[in-house]
Order: sequence, then C-alpha cells, then structure tokens
Amino acid sequence: MSKRIDISDLNVYYGDFLAVEGVHMSIEPRSVTALIGPSGCGKSTFLRTLNRMHEVIPGARVTGKAVMDGQDLYAPDIDPVEVRRQVGMVFQRPNPFPTMSIADNVLAGVKLNNRRISKAAADELVERSLTGANLWNEVKDRLEKPGSSLSGGQQQRLCIARAIAVQPQVLLMDEPCSALDPISTLAIEELVHELKNDYTIVIVTHNMQQAARVSDRTGFFNIEGTGKPGRLIEMDDTTTMFSSPAQQATEDYISGRFG
Amino acid sequence: MSVLAPPLPVRRSRKLARWAPYAVLAGSAAFSAGLLALLTTVTIAGLFALTAVSYAVAITTLSRVVEGPRWAKDRLATALVTLAFLLALIPLVSLLAIVVGDGLGGFSWDFLSTDMVGVFGSMTSGGALHAIIGTVYVTGIASLVSIPLGIFTAIYLVEYGQGRLKRGITLLVDVMTGIPSIVAGLFAYTVFLVLFGPAYKSALIGGVALAVLMTPVVIRSVEEMLRLVPNELREASYALGVPKWLTVVKVVLRTSVAGITTGVMIAIARVIGETAPLLMTVGIAQNVNWDAFDGRIATLPVFVYRQYAQGGVAADRAWAGALTLIIIVMLLNLIARLVSRYFAPKGAR
Repeated sequence: MSKRIDISDLNVYYGDFLAVEGVHMSIEPRSVTALIGPSGCGKSTFLRTLNRMHEVIPGARVTGKAVMDGQDLYAPDIDPVEVRRQVGMVFQRPNPFPTMSIADNVLAGVKLNNRRISKAAADELVERSLTGANLWNEVKDRLEKPGSSLSGGQQQRLCIARAIAVQPQVLLMDEPCSALDPISTLAIEELVHELKNDYTIVIVTHNMQQAARVSDRTGFFNIEGTGKPGRLIEMDDTTTMFSSPAQQATEDYISGRFG
Repeated sequence: MSVLAPPLPVRRSRKLARWAPYAVLAGSAAFSAGLLALLTTVTIAGLFALTAVSYAVAITTLSRVVEGPRWAKDRLATALVTLAFLLALIPLVSLLAIVVGDGLGGFSWDFLSTDMVGVFGSMTSGGALHAIIGTVYVTGIASLVSIPLGIFTAIYLVEYGQGRLKRGITLLVDVMTGIPSIVAGLFAYTVFLVLFGPAYKSALIGGVALAVLMTPVVIRSVEEMLRLVPNELREASYALGVPKWLTVVKVVLRTSVAGITTGVMIAIARVIGETAPLLMTVGIAQNVNWDAFDGRIATLPVFVYRQYAQGGVAADRAWAGALTLIIIVMLLNLIARLVSRYFAPKGAR
C-alpha cells in the first residue's frame, strides 16, 4: 500500500511567476522523505504538486513529470480527484470539519463522497484509523463529540486519521507540527515512525531536528532571493545530509548560519 | 509663593462611588426639568436632550475633579455610547409600543379567521384572513423563486466565477439591490401585461415583483456567508479526494447553513412588508382567494394601507393588521434561530 514517486524537471508556476524550478527527485516507498529549507523557498508549493492540490489556487500550473508507479500524475487523462484519493494530505493547521463529530470526521472521505458503508464497517474503519493515528484510546468514549472539542495535537492526529481512512498510497504532511506543543509534536513524530511501515510519507518541516529524527531521506530547498524561483539544492540520505552534505549552502543552513 | 506640584498619580487615587453616576443622572434630570419649566414648557424630547447634555457635562467634570482626566474621558465616552444606544432604541421601542397598543384592540381570533366580505361603513366585524393568505402566497412565491436563484448565484460567485462574468454579475446584483420597489412592481406588471393581457391579475405577479426585490438580498447575504467558510475546510475536503461539487454541497453549504438561513429570513422580512408593488400588481380584494394563479388577492400591507385610508373603525383593523405582520416576521425569525442553533458548528470555538 505504498508507491514510489519519480519527479523529473518539475516547474511550478503561479500565473507567470515561476515559483519552483527544475526539481528532480525520487521518493522511495515505505520511507519518510523530509523537505527542509528557509521560508518561501517553495517546499510547500512543491509538496502540493504531488497531489495536485496547488491547482485549487487560480492560475497555478505545473510543467514536467511526476510519475507514481509508472503513471504520470499530470497526464491529460488523469483526474486530479483520483490523484488525491491516492495521495492524502495533512495540513499545517489542524482542520477538522466543525460540523462533524469525531467519528464523522474520520469517515469524511467516505461520507463526503456519498459512498455507502455499513454501520459495522464504519465502526471498524473509525477504530482502525484512530488506532493508526494513536488517538483511539483518548477519544473512544466520546466519538460523538464534535471534532473541534479536541486539543490542537489531538485535532492534528484526527486529521491524520481522516487522511489514512481513505487508504492512500502516499501521505503528504505540510509542517504538521508547527502549530503544536512539544508533547503533541512527539506524539506525531512517533506516529510518523509507525506509519512509514505502510505508507510513503513526505513531510515538510521547518524544524531540522525533526527532519533528522523522523526522515530517511532529506531534500534541501533554497531560494537565491525574493522573486527568484526555489530549487532543490541537494537530496540524500538524512544521515549524510546532516553529517557531510555535498553543498556548502546545505551545510550553512543545517548548521544554522542562515535561514 | 509656589509649591512644586507632586507628579501626577498614575493610579486612580479616588474613585466615584458606584451609585454616583445614577445620582448625577437624577440630578441632571431634575435640573433639566426645572430649567425647562422655568423657561418654556416641559416636553419629553426636550427633557431627554437636556438631561443627556447636562449629565455628560456633569459626570465628566465631577470625574475630572475626583478621579483625574483619563477617567473623565472614560466616563464621557461611556455616556456618549449609552446615549447612542438609547437613541437607537427609541424608534424600535416606540414603534413596537404603538403597534401593540393600537393593534391589540382589534386583534382577536375573529380577526384572523374572517375576511372583509359584507363589511361596510362603521361595522366593527371583519378580519384579515384573506390578506394573511395573500401575503403567505405572494411571499411564498417570491421565496420559491429567489432563494434557489440567490443561493445558486452566490455559489457561482464564490466558488466558480472568475473574471468578467463574475464582475458583471456582482455589478448587476449591486444595481438590483438599489431598485425602488415600485419599479419592481412596474416590471412585473408589464411582463404579465405583455404575456397574459391586461385582464390577468394574480398572486403570481406580486410574487414575481417581490422576487425581483428579494433575489439580490439573498445573493448578497449568502455570498457573505460562503466567504466566511475557511479555505482550509475546502482544501481538507479536496485532499480526501472529494470532487468540487460535493465539497460545495457537503462542506461549504453545510458549514454555512446557519448563516444562510438567517440571511434568507432577513430577505423575507425585507419583502414581506412591501406595499407599493403589490398595490400595483395584485390589487385589492375583500374575499379569500385560494387560487394563487388567478384573480385579485389581498395582502397584509395593502390591507393595512386600505383600512387606514378608510379611517374610522377601519383604522383599528389597520393596526391589528400591522400587528399581525410583525407577529409573522417574529415567528419567521424564531424559526430561523432554531434552525441556526440546530445546524451551527458545535464545540469549542
């Protein structure tokens, strides 16, 4: 239940503005790939191209290839909705649906798509997803309470449960811990460790320690200046990246000399 | 000889007693009444205005002397804000008081359950049943047309529209919001004149006239409500592989349904009391007309206008009719509130 993605020569535009230029990257299945870099360097933008989420912004477009198991995600006959069913996403701020209960939030991928599901199957899916997101024990007695009644860290894990309930191949995480306290962050990081047994995970983070802790491979994005496009500077195994990076810019960023 | 002034205290050293503002208010009222009695005559409006001014002056001065300049400004601002609130309440309260006071006399079950057939001169019988039915018909037709039309237009504007078409529609909606109601009446009248000839009169024409007035109001309020739905929720839905139309129906509309209900109720309240276009399109009737598509039909605003114009005992029926109208609007608002409470997003906010 996990797939590799090969990205070649990917450019991302907002209208005429080239935001990210010439990305080549391979994302390995059943591993965690971290994307680091200073603010505004295009790592979130790049992440959103992997499930065609950036297309919801008017004027945004992509050139180049992103191939998931032999299928180009940007081939003309591919429906972005289908891509998003295979490539799930967790956002920076927890965003449970405020009108839904905890259980309904987990089932959102099923219910919003008007798919019928038996009561037993629904209960099973809720328990499995919440257990997968390390949240089951905390919420099993109040599944009918609104999702917004949870704490921030719990809400974020609820969003992860919601994402894995549709059983995607790949899970994208856009700074999933930046709005959370250290304890909730630890909970999410442990969860990422477990999830990589089943999923391909790509995580954007501002926190280099976090990248070092959770990821197998790390990609460093950088930008030369405002108005210039962001680029993938270097990508390697995380241990190599943090011990002996090939590029000077990577070393400067990782050692805290800028950014 | 001069003594160096001590530095101004930062803390409020002395504080006016809790009852002091009320005492000052009573004092200003007594002072104003006395002054007015001495110079001219005491009227409520004059007393109110003079009391307000003298209270503001007195409390500010007193507070400045006792408490200090910053607290004096606070007292002044409090006085002004309270005054503004009271001024805004005056029309509302006096309108309600007059309508309830004058309307309750003629208001009864008989009034609600009879029409005006066979009521002449100074007879005190008769009622507004025919007008209530007419108002329900006309407003119902207008709602049937403008609520779906308005909601779909707003969805287009917020979720789908881009570029020129969107700007054009927004401009047209703005212009439509400002149409005088008599023009809407003329429009509906002319349309049906062309299509069905001069003999045709029915609740339908009035419904169309009101729909012209109501649609832009619905569009505007629903548009505002849809814009309030955070983009994060749309993105969360897309990221689950939910198509756009289902996202709009099940996330955007579902999240904003409480606000949309309120907006629609405001739009209904806006048109339910329209008189001019109805006078022109549906005419005046004395009897109950159960057919919305044929024949003249009475409506509450026209009924009120008509009865008041007759004067005498009929004026009592006018006030009772006005009270009925207000009660209907209140009931609609109550329903809207219940719906809002039931559908509103729950949990910690």
